Amino acid sequence: MSILSLNNIEKNFGAIQALIGVSFDIKEAETVGLMGDNGAGKSTLLKIIAGNFKPSGGEIKFENNTVAFEKPIDARKSGIEVVYQDLALCNHLTAASNVFLGREIQKGIWPFKYLDYPAMFKKSSELFEELKSETRPKDLVMQMSGGQRQAVAIARTRLTNPKLVLMDEPTAAISVRQVAEVLDLIKRLKDQGIAVMLISHRMPDIFEVCDKLVVLRRGEKVCEKNIKDSSTEEATGLITGAIDRV
Amino acid sequence: MSSVKFNQEIISKTEKNLFQKLVSEQSFWVTIALFGICFIMFFVEDAFSSKDNLFNITRNFSFIGIMAIGMTFVIITAGIDLSVGSIMGVTGVICGLLLDAQFLPEWYSKASYFEGVYVWVSIILALLAGILIGAVNGYLIAYLKLSPFVVTLGMMAAARSLALVVSNNKMFYEFGPKDEMFYEIGGGSMLGLANATWLLIFLTIVMGLVLKYTSYGKHVFAVGSNKKAAELSGINIRWIEMSVYMISGLFAAISAVMIVGWMGSVTNALGYTYELRVIAATVIGGANLMGGVGGTFGAFIGAALMETIRNSLLMAGIDPYWQGTFLGLFIVGAVWLEKVKNKKN
Repeated sequence: MSILSLNNIEKNFGAIQALIGVSFDIKEAETVGLMGDNGAGKSTLLKIIAGNFKPSGGEIKFENNTVAFEKPIDARKSGIEVVYQDLALCNHLTAASNVFLGREIQKGIWPFKYLDYPAMFKKSSELFEELKSETRPKDLVMQMSGGQRQAVAIARTRLTNPKLVLMDEPTAAISVRQVAEVLDLIKRLKDQGIAVMLISHRMPDIFEVCDKLVVLRRGEKVCEKNIKDSSTEEATGLITGAIDRV
Repeated sequence: MSSVKFNQEIISKTEKNLFQKLVSEQSFWVTIALFGICFIMFFVEDAFSSKDNLFNITRNFSFIGIMAIGMTFVIITAGIDLSVGSIMGVTGVICGLLLDAQFLPEWYSKASYFEGVYVWVSIILALLAGILIGAVNGYLIAYLKLSPFVVTLGMMAAARSLALVVSNNKMFYEFGPKDEMFYEIGGGSMLGLANATWLLIFLTIVMGLVLKYTSYGKHVFAVGSNKKAAELSGINIRWIEMSVYMISGLFAAISAVMIVGWMGSVTNALGYTYELRVIAATVIGGANLMGGVGGTFGAFIGAALMETIRNSLLMAGIDPYWQGTFLGLFIVGAVWLEKVKNKKN
C-alpha cells in the first residue's frame, strides 16, 4: 500500500519550471532515494511534500487523502517529518531540548506549567538508544560531531511515530565514519516501519540503504525503478543525461 | 583522520559535573571578581563596609539590575533595546503626573484619593505604558522585520521627547494625600535591604525560573540560537520576539516607579544614558550579544559589579568624570572576554 502518491506535481517560480509532471509513489516502510544534479528539483519536491511550498499543479495524496499543506507544521501534524540539510538545530540548547523543541513535555496547570526535564531526558535517551547513537541528552549540540547532530535531528522525527521521514542530504559534509553512523540510523527507521525519502548526491549511500531509485533531471522524472535492477553506472548516466530515460 | 580523532575526543568526554558547569559560566567569574573587590575594599577603606554604604550600593544597583533582567530576555534573542533609559523617563513622568493631582480633573482626585487607590492606579498605568512602548518596539522588530538597533534607537529619541511633552518640562514632586505610601514602596526597606533590592532578588528568581523551566523560556533561547530552526519547530517566533521587548519595557517601567518613589520627585531627564549601564550589566553578566546565551543571575551580578566598582573608585578619590571611561572599558572588555572564551571552545 502506498503511503504517499505524487500525481503530476508541477512547480514554477515565475518563468522557471522547477518541476514538470512528477509522479511516483512511496510505499509503507519503503526507502526511496531521490537523485539528480544540482537544480534538478529534488529539494523543491521535498519542500512541497513538507509544506514549505505549495505545488503549482498536480495532486498529493498522503494515506489516500488528498492534502494541501499550508505550513511545515501541518505536514508534521499529518505524520511527515523532515530532517533538513542544515539540520535546523539550536546550537546553544542541549540534545534533549532540541529533540523536544516546540513540543516540550510539561507538568502542572496553567499558568504554573513547568518543563519536565527528567521525562524529556529519559525519553530522548531512549530514542538515542533505539538509534544506537552515543549521543547524550544533556550535551549541548554545539559540542557535537556531525554524526551526533544527525542523530539528534533524526531522534526528533521519532517523537511522534511519523509515517514518512524526508531527509535532505543527511550525509553531506560529515566524515566517512559518521556517514556509516547516519546510514545505520536510516536503517533503524526502516526497521520501525517508517517510510523514508532520501535525497543524496552520494551514490553509495543511496545504493546501500534504498529500495527504490527515482532520478530527476531538469524537473522531470527520468527513472523510477528498484535499486536491485539498477546500477551506479546507470544512475550516473541518468543524472548527467548520457542515458535519456528508462 | 582528524575528524575521526575529534569524534573520539567527544565520545570520551564525560558529562560536565556541577563544578565544571559552574566555572564555564561567566557570571561565576564575575561573582568571584565582585567578592575580590569587596574583600580588598574591606581592608583598604573602612567606610566601604559600613552598613550605610553597603545599603547604598545594593539599592543603587537594584534599579539597573531590574532593567537588566528585561534586557537579558532581549539579548538572548540576539536583539538589543537602546530605549530602556527613555522608557524609564517617560513612564516615570507618567507616574509622577498621575500622582500629582493638580494636573488632573477634580473628579479624578475625588474618586481615587479614597484609601490611596490613586497610588496603585498611577503605578499600574505607568507599567502599562512601559509594556505598550515595548510592544511598539517589538511589533516593528518582529512583524515588520526592522533592525532592533534602529527601531530602539528611534524609540530612544521618541520616548525621551514624549517625556518632555507629557511633563511640559516640569518637575513632579507632590504626590497627593497618600504620598507616604508611594515613598515607602520605592524608598522603604526591610531587614536591612532596600525594597528595590528585594524586588530585584524576587524578579531575578522568578524570571530565572521562567527562562529555565518554562517552554516560553526555552523558545526565547531557541529564537536567539537559530531562528530558522525555531520556526520550523512550529514556535511562534514573531510573538516570542515581540514579547521580549514588552518585558524589557515593563521592567524599565517597574524600575522607574521604584526610583521615583525613592527620590520623591521626577523630571523628564530620568534614566538618561541608563541604557548603556543596563546593557553593560547584562553583557558583563554573561549574556551574549550574538544571542542564545544569558541568565537573570548574570544581570543581577553584572549590575552589582559595576556599582561596586563605581563606588570603590569614588571612595578611592578618583574623579567621577572618569566613570564613563570605565563603563566603556567594561562593555568592550566583557565582549572581548566572550570572544576569547568562544575561541577556546
